[in-house]
Amino acid sequence: MGTTTLSPARNATVAAALGRRRKRIDRLTRILCIAATVIGLAMLASILATLLMRGLGGLSLDVFTRITLPPGSSGGLLNAIVGSLIQTAIGTAIGTPVGLLVGTYLSEYARGSQLGTAVRFVSDVLLSAPSILIGLFVYTVLVDPFGGFSGIAGGVALAVIVIPIVVRTTEDMLQLIPVALREAAVALGAPKWRSIVFVCYPAAREGIVTGMLLAVARIAGETAPLLFTSLGNLNWSLSLTQPMASLPVTIYQYAGSAFDDWVALAWVGALLITFGVLAVNILARLVLRRRG
Amino acid sequence: MTATMVAPTLQTRNQAAAPAKIAIRNLDFFYGDNRALKAIDLDFADRQVTGLIGPSGCGKSTLLRCLNRMYDLYPGQRATGEAMMDGQNILAPDIDLNDLRSRIGMVFQKPTPFPMSIRDNITFGVKLHERLSKAAMDERVEWSLGRAALWDEVKDRLDAPAGGLSGGQQQRLCIARSIAVRPDVILFDEPTSALDPISTLKVEELIDELKGDFTIAIITHNMQQAARCADRVAFFYLGEMVEVGTAAQMFTAPRQQRTQEYITGRFS
Repeated sequence: MGTTTLSPARNATVAAALGRRRKRIDRLTRILCIAATVIGLAMLASILATLLMRGLGGLSLDVFTRITLPPGSSGGLLNAIVGSLIQTAIGTAIGTPVGLLVGTYLSEYARGSQLGTAVRFVSDVLLSAPSILIGLFVYTVLVDPFGGFSGIAGGVALAVIVIPIVVRTTEDMLQLIPVALREAAVALGAPKWRSIVFVCYPAAREGIVTGMLLAVARIAGETAPLLFTSLGNLNWSLSLTQPMASLPVTIYQYAGSAFDDWVALAWVGALLITFGVLAVNILARLVLRRRG
Repeated sequence: MTATMVAPTLQTRNQAAAPAKIAIRNLDFFYGDNRALKAIDLDFADRQVTGLIGPSGCGKSTLLRCLNRMYDLYPGQRATGEAMMDGQNILAPDIDLNDLRSRIGMVFQKPTPFPMSIRDNITFGVKLHERLSKAAMDERVEWSLGRAALWDEVKDRLDAPAGGLSGGQQQRLCIARSIAVRPDVILFDEPTSALDPISTLKVEELIDELKGDFTIAIITHNMQQAARCADRVAFFYLGEMVEVGTAAQMFTAPRQQRTQEYITGRFS
């Protein structure tokens, strides 16, 4: 104390300079953050605007009531929409339970075990695997041996994409639950499975469901894994053992065609997928909020 | 305050005047190779409050976690020795853990309400061990919340999420949840360290009220709390139990130098 204290005048100058510097850095950081946000949102807004402009014009009842037809015969997308719904449903129905159970295993049963580490590694590799490879894999196990492209093969390929996404989010969300909450359940005499199902799942519900929705959104727009599995079908077919139409594959075929009405339908298809996924997300959020 | 033990020297050092509900003999605890508790001998007197005090890391929580075998959740943790309750060794490998935990409840440092309604928080534990009719279950819910001095505050919103209660109410809900299973013993691991003074007072009154029916063990870092709540107090240091006696004796005339230093705060 005493002799080393700066004079009040000097002290004030230094403080003012430091204050200015802090304000400059604060302003710069804020500008960078806002710029990044604007760039991101602008791209999203541009995509949505383009989709609306190009897609809304082609939207009519025919899109939902007529199947894909040759150019010039005012066809719709009914078979593609139904095919997408079926295959997405199959992918979700197979993928989410498997992903949930694997994620639970990794979080609750395999802490520090070698098998757990291996499973986590494989799942992460799968998460970043190119989806066309997943299509080829399912082609070799479900298409080639059974003699043809099929809706079920498409659904399974989508399930393979769903699994690692749900595994990762489930494990992460369960890991966020405080140890004390699990111990509290166990301390009441609850067996481990009961504490997981009745305490941990509800505590992590929002995150786990969000992960599942992300997965649904992801597969609803997947094209590559379907090219080698369900192939696409220009005719009406609900048979799971036959080639099946889907929106992404139809968009892929139509958008690259030379026919104006097909290109217009491709835009409509893209609009439907985007807003369908958006609607599912908003709906689920509303449901979760009301129950939470 | 109990003043039944005016001449503690006549008692065998670690044994209580009242019959022991749990009798620990020669208990050692290991985290892997690290011996965290060393040859502990201690009795928890039936329907009395035993306070455990000592600096952080001295092994008090570890000892409580032996009594409901919480350490079984974690590989590499083990206990040896004896902890006898009703003629059964709690530490025996073949004991039914879920049944043991229905007889020995636990309340944690931070409130741990389950993410469900207030009512479901209570019934969760009960349903694990009993099949009750709706009426009997309602009665149990009211009884346990009443014993935890929470009924009047929540009776009109039993179906509201437990997370909406205040911290003090959440802790009393956790106490009610433990009581609802009708255990013989309740372990409190620093139950008020996350609560404000008024909530702390309520929980302390509650503990006093409960000891007529339950054998209670409470860990606390608050000397006044130990003096207020506990009939007997055990002082732990570096994994050993240094001394045990009535609260009055421990806080006025401790036999050991280290106890004296700790309770007067001259000790870190």
